[in-house]
Amino acid sequence: MATFRKKGGRKLKAISTASLPDIVFMLLFFFMSTTHMKENTYKVTIGLPQATELTKLEKKSLVRYVYVGEPNAQNRMYGTDSRIQLDDDIVSDPEKVSSYIASQNASMKEEERGLMIVSLKADEHTKMGIISDVKQALRKANALKINYTAKKKVN
Amino acid sequence: MKKEREVQEINASSMADISFLLLVFFLVTTTMATDEGLSRQLPPMKDPKTPDQITDIKPRNIMEILVNSNNDLMVNGEVMDVKQLKEEAKAFISSDGSNEKLPEAEPVNIPYLGTTMVATAHVISLQNDRGTDYGRYIEVQNELVAAYNELRNAKSMSAFKKPYSELDADQQAAIRKAYPQAISEAEPKTYGGGK
Repeated sequence: MATFRKKGGRKLKAISTASLPDIVFMLLFFFMSTTHMKENTYKVTIGLPQATELTKLEKKSLVRYVYVGEPNAQNRMYGTDSRIQLDDDIVSDPEKVSSYIASQNASMKEEERGLMIVSLKADEHTKMGIISDVKQALRKANALKINYTAKKKVN
Repeated sequence: MKKEREVQEINASSMADISFLLLVFFLVTTTMATDEGLSRQLPPMKDPKTPDQITDIKPRNIMEILVNSNNDLMVNGEVMDVKQLKEEAKAFISSDGSNEKLPEAEPVNIPYLGTTMVATAHVISLQNDRGTDYGRYIEVQNELVAAYNELRNAKSMSAFKKPYSELDADQQAAIRKAYPQAISEAEPKTYGGGK
């Protein structure tokens, strides 16, 4: 005797998605541990110069940033000359760098004071005049360790 | 008799959505790459009370690099291309004192390496205009640091059969003593043209 199968009787079982959250959480933790927060939003455009003899900046807590470049499209009111950005503010007076570094130094942990590294992120078309002003201000604030941020040169 | 109450299962299907949301947030707000750059040490600020020390450096001991506002390079009075700078600097730093034009050297007793001729008095003086591009300045600095690094690496390979970065602290100090770094940066001047 022939047996007949009912049509449409078999339904595809839905794939269990119960493990999906676990997988995504794993990804999440991976990214949380390997990446770090952007330190600031740039108000100046920075095209980094290229170099080959680079050292990595390891200890984030010791690093303070000084940005130099032309104000970007949203900050045109500052003009088109190269400006210095400290934290989120554009400053016009290079002397402000001294007081900024001094205040940052005061807010650092006692055992880390004097170990501060200043990371100077400047656009490669910036003129050296403003960079030397920043360097003089850093010397005045006694922050002598400096790191000129650069990109790895690709040959 | 009490009837056992069944605990209702919490619906966890939105969990994936929540964690995706978090994931996307972290992807957007964080950056992967750590910053890299040229590490340099600035000289301490001059004490205004102490008078200027005028030290006489023999002309053969000094390598004078000038960069003008057109980003042109002049080394010891001659126009030079940046690409040549590294070789020039290497010859200058590794001088053993026999060439009249290269810096003087004196025998120094260094642990691990024995007595070697070291150009202890050499100075590379870098001076740029206020109108020089920062990119060019970094390029020049990079070439100079590269010259030191290559010499140190070569010394390390011949003495320890290992690259400089894999040596321990004492050995690195010995290599550094053989090629002491002396890059001095003059206060910038305006030579005209730039601002």
